[in-house]
Amino acid sequence: MRASASFLRGLGPLVLLLIVFAGLGLLVPDFLGLRNMRGLVLSVTLVGTIATTMMLVLALREVDLSVGSVTALSGVLTAVVIGQTGSVALGILAGLVAGALVGLLNGWVVAVLKVNSLIVTLATMEIVRGLAFLVSSGEAVSIPAERFYVLGSGTLLGINYPIWIMLAAFVGFGILLNCTIFGRNVLAIGGNPEAARLAGVPVRRVRISVFVWQGAVAALAGIVLAARITSGQPNTSQGLELAVISACVLGGVSLSGGVATIAGVVIGVFIMGAAQNALNLLDVPTFYQYVVRGGILLAAVIFDRLRQSGSLRGVSLPHFLRPAAQQQDSSTS
Amino acid sequence: MTALLAYERVGKRFPGVVALDDVSFSVAAGEVRALMGENGAGKSTLLKILAGEYRPDSGGLRIDGANVAFGGPRDSQASGVAIIHQELHLAPDLTVTENLLLGRMPARGGFIDRKAARREAEAILSQLGEAIDPDARVRSLPIGKRQMIEIGKALARDARIIAFDEPTSSLSATETRTLMRIIADLRRDGRAILYVSHRMEEVFEISDSVTVLRDGRHAGDFPDVAALSQDRLIAAMAGRTIADIYAYRDRPHGAIAVRIAGLLGPGLRRPVDLDVREGEILGFFGLVGAGRSELFKLLYGAAPVAAGSVSIAGVPLVPGDPRRAIAAGLGLCPEDRKDEAIVPLAGVAENIAIARRNIVGRPMVDERAEAGQTRSLIDLMRVKTASAATPIATLSGGNQQKAIIARWLAADARILLMDEPTRGIDVGARSEIYAHMYRLAEEGRTILFASSDMPEVMGVADRIVVMREGAVAGIVPRSDATSDTLLRLALPDAGRASADL
Repeated sequence: MRASASFLRGLGPLVLLLIVFAGLGLLVPDFLGLRNMRGLVLSVTLVGTIATTMMLVLALREVDLSVGSVTALSGVLTAVVIGQTGSVALGILAGLVAGALVGLLNGWVVAVLKVNSLIVTLATMEIVRGLAFLVSSGEAVSIPAERFYVLGSGTLLGINYPIWIMLAAFVGFGILLNCTIFGRNVLAIGGNPEAARLAGVPVRRVRISVFVWQGAVAALAGIVLAARITSGQPNTSQGLELAVISACVLGGVSLSGGVATIAGVVIGVFIMGAAQNALNLLDVPTFYQYVVRGGILLAAVIFDRLRQSGSLRGVSLPHFLRPAAQQQDSSTS
Repeated sequence: MTALLAYERVGKRFPGVVALDDVSFSVAAGEVRALMGENGAGKSTLLKILAGEYRPDSGGLRIDGANVAFGGPRDSQASGVAIIHQELHLAPDLTVTENLLLGRMPARGGFIDRKAARREAEAILSQLGEAIDPDARVRSLPIGKRQMIEIGKALARDARIIAFDEPTSSLSATETRTLMRIIADLRRDGRAILYVSHRMEEVFEISDSVTVLRDGRHAGDFPDVAALSQDRLIAAMAGRTIADIYAYRDRPHGAIAVRIAGLLGPGLRRPVDLDVREGEILGFFGLVGAGRSELFKLLYGAAPVAAGSVSIAGVPLVPGDPRRAIAAGLGLCPEDRKDEAIVPLAGVAENIAIARRNIVGRPMVDERAEAGQTRSLIDLMRVKTASAATPIATLSGGNQQKAIIARWLAADARILLMDEPTRGIDVGARSEIYAHMYRLAEEGRTILFASSDMPEVMGVADRIVVMREGAVAGIVPRSDATSDTLLRLALPDAGRASADL
């Protein structure tokens, strides 16, 4: 009985994803077509890649709002450096280093100076966006190196590089979270930072590392984006951070820290992507899409709350969506 | 004396639990009655009935001889009842005056009459005999003064029945003295005081009579505290004798395991020198704020060392980082399990494995080895849990504590620092924890434990370090430990304390 219940609970988000895809398949013509599916997967690569490290940040009970700006800065910087040196490798390196440095700054202020990460990254979001405009003089920067575009449009085994990169991030950070001491420490710190510190977890080091990873991965996603659009755009990815956080929360990552699964994040990313894709196929005007995206975020946060409390004003969740702790309570008392 | 407040055959059940069963007792005007019992004995249910938060299923309350039935907290307050809770219910950003007169500010023509309010507030504060600025924001006051304001609120309403729920749990020694004085004043005024506490020393100091609850039942009534011994009181609370609860076992001690020399840091006023041997169980006794927890945090590297040194088995310990202390063989079981020990949503096994993992220095988690080790430790410590993956927050306090001890066994800690190891744990589980402590010491480990429960310190420790106001006041071998010696060392001596300051 217990085993089947937890099995169902594990499947909860997957069932939700299947329902979403089946529903959209029925309602939206062409939705399940191979061509559209491919486009859908490609369209979620930006959010999906960054969501893997955002998962770690949220699991730490922190948040990072600067990822959209980092994406823009790294794309622009890569374009500028390639333009000036002619070296694709140097350009990519410059973008990645810039992202990692932003992450280091975020992590240092949060972990050492103990400032709330919401405020810290709100500030760096503005600063880094400003830097992106400064580096590019406010203009789109074209990239005079065709071979750089391969990163965005090239394929391996018929699958685009951005998709491969996202898959690598899913697998890599999934392993990091589940199988390494670092990943378990992230969850422990998010669950109870003081207990983790007193149990010997290097709290400061873990916090800083996670923010550095987040900055580097956001930068990587920004570089890939620049390759796809063949230029560095200083005003790209505004509001991206919210889409990434929505996807994570939708995938069961708790905003109060300590709870995260990579499978949940993958599912959250695809639910968001499917909704967006369906709206496009149905020719819903952009203005409505904002409303729908915000609605999904709101639903995701309420969902997070529901999962924690098990019910909300008498609305009770199906048992497989309830958090494990809740189940234990009701079965032992 | 007539009974101002009487509980008459009060019964209360919750689904699956009988919280109170046929409990009767009374408090007269000018009487301080202590209400004692283990956790879960029914003390807080009794208070909640008095506060109007719960309605009894059977029986009821009488105030001044008349039956009362409270529909809610307002009815209770209207009948002259005030409850001083453990967690204070004050608005931290309002002033003292505003808090004292909250909800009943004097007004003139719809506007607050500030002068009248201030006069009233000053009258109440002088009644308390406390120098508190009526215009100060409550947030800026220390916890002890805040509690005075809570008492002041009761005086402002002229409450005749005042119940204190573990009032000293967050007070310093000096603040506790002040509280004792104020309660004595309230008694002289002819109010009826109900004093809930598990601290023996306070109960013996302030109360006239004691009612003991056990498992929701009335387990003893002692009308005269002066004629009561601690042992009798404990036996009544636990339902068994002292010897059965502690079941002390003697054992030989080995080489010096911990040497503390001239250690100073936050919370300590005088340098601490101490040697502790392998196999020794060293108890630390003192009032809240005496510096026990602070000393443990210093040893463990969780607080900055100002001077002095600590060596573990002859090797100097570099202070300032718990990770180094853990690597040197220390382990801490914090007093505040919820905030400092457990990772609540993580499983029992995860909570046990966390410390060991962080000292092995490999990047990957060795699932199989960990699972084997945590399973055998769960068995060894007899942690009652549905599975190793069950979130630890769902376990009882005793089982959480056993899992935290298991955490340090997994990391092979040789020296355990246990701060209030049985706080919030019921008698059965406490005996189990003591038995584990003896067993670990028999294995040659060293245990330092702090407790403000005097019978526990006397029952379990081989030697007792008594602390007072940030300094070691004395070290008493088990054979010489009596409640008199310990209390005399622990209580601040008024004359000397003021000379020290």
